[in-house]
Amino acid sequence: MSAEIEFKNVSFATPQGRVLLSHISLSLQSGTTTAVLGRSGSGKTTLLRTVNRLVQPTSGDVLVHGEPNRGAELIALRRGIGYVIQETGLFPHFTVERNVGVVLEIEGRPVSQRTQRSNELLAAVGLDPGTFAKRYPHQLSGGQRQRVGLARALAAEPRILLMDEPFGALDPLTRAEMQDMLRALLRQLHTTVLLVTHDLDEALYLGDRIALLSDGKLIAHLAPTEFRTAREPEIEAYIRAFHRADKRAEETRPV
Amino acid sequence: MSSGFFAQYGGEIATLTVEHLWLTGAAMLFATAVAVPAGIWLTRAPRWAKPVIGIANILQTIPSLAMFGFLLPLPWLGERAARIAILALAAYALLPILRNTYAGIRGIDSSVVEVARAMGLTGAQRLFMIELPLAAPFILAGLRTATVTCIGIATIAAAVGAGGLGELIFRGVASVDNRLVLAGAIPAALLALIADGALGLLERCFKVPAQ
Repeated sequence: MSAEIEFKNVSFATPQGRVLLSHISLSLQSGTTTAVLGRSGSGKTTLLRTVNRLVQPTSGDVLVHGEPNRGAELIALRRGIGYVIQETGLFPHFTVERNVGVVLEIEGRPVSQRTQRSNELLAAVGLDPGTFAKRYPHQLSGGQRQRVGLARALAAEPRILLMDEPFGALDPLTRAEMQDMLRALLRQLHTTVLLVTHDLDEALYLGDRIALLSDGKLIAHLAPTEFRTAREPEIEAYIRAFHRADKRAEETRPV
Repeated sequence: MSSGFFAQYGGEIATLTVEHLWLTGAAMLFATAVAVPAGIWLTRAPRWAKPVIGIANILQTIPSLAMFGFLLPLPWLGERAARIAILALAAYALLPILRNTYAGIRGIDSSVVEVARAMGLTGAQRLFMIELPLAAPFILAGLRTATVTCIGIATIAAAVGAGGLGELIFRGVASVDNRLVLAGAIPAALLALIADGALGLLERCFKVPAQ
């Protein structure tokens, strides 16, 4: 396995001098899913956005397919990287079908090809093309919109998929369905995924590796099993925070 | 008004209406050609938005009769009254179009714009596929306000000899003939109403489904 994305000593500070990323070095192996955990403001999203150069690091390099991305042609770089965010960013004036096929459209592929690919992808994310292809985003539920967002990101068969809190706004049941769907889908594809989340369960369920960021620093980069048992105070705090219900159950258990 | 009045003035009313339309239409084309690109540019360089929109705002506050007067002594412009009228009307039309183009594009959901960038749409693709279609109802609303304003102000253009329906109004005022005043004012008002309705319909065609 080779590194598909590599962060080499990446730092980023805002023009006002606020440090959001501090000397991050991290390597993402091809075909794996890396979940990046951390509090709000820990730098997770900024790290993700350095990959497709929505953010330019102040120092350090991000290597994509082994090449520093700062030298890459921007449009080509971005078209090769799928991008999914919590707000979906679906184009409200396009039908679902056109939304999914938009990268193919800007690459000038014929309509028939776009329609076919769009139908394939809608089926893959669990939406019946016959029912949904001609609808507009405002006619969909939150979960359906997120499925369309995922289908759109996968349309051009990107080798890399960036996901920023993709299921953060969904109710727990819909979120679980989406996680199952994504997991099944990623098993079939050989896509390298960088998944930003603040949900420990999601990270453990979907991630092959888990990276923990705190105040812009990389605290840990571990396999899920190692992460659960790690003795680092930051990690333990995270795990405790997610298992308070168990603790409550223990406290109230009759003696 | 008697049929005799129409027999006498009917032809003139028609000619002046066409002239009025030409003055307003030319001014709107000119203003749109300047204000829409300028509005787009301001969304790319927002630190200029305040001063540029401020200037358009000041233009708007100049009394129309004074504006026509200011332009009269200018070399090439002063030779033809229609040129002055079109330039002055365009100056009034700038602000609503400029402001609405700027606000319409800036008001697009930021996640939509972010995803468009992240997916590798070029600047032109982003503008023509995403930003302009989504901002179109706002831009058209600006155009509508500007057109209605211009049709009204164009009646003053007769003061510098540019023609249009104002001609009848001025003549009516000078000869204390209310029929002549109305013969200019009513068609002008009708033009404004028709333009308002037509542009309103067009605006609705571009309405984006609720998000």
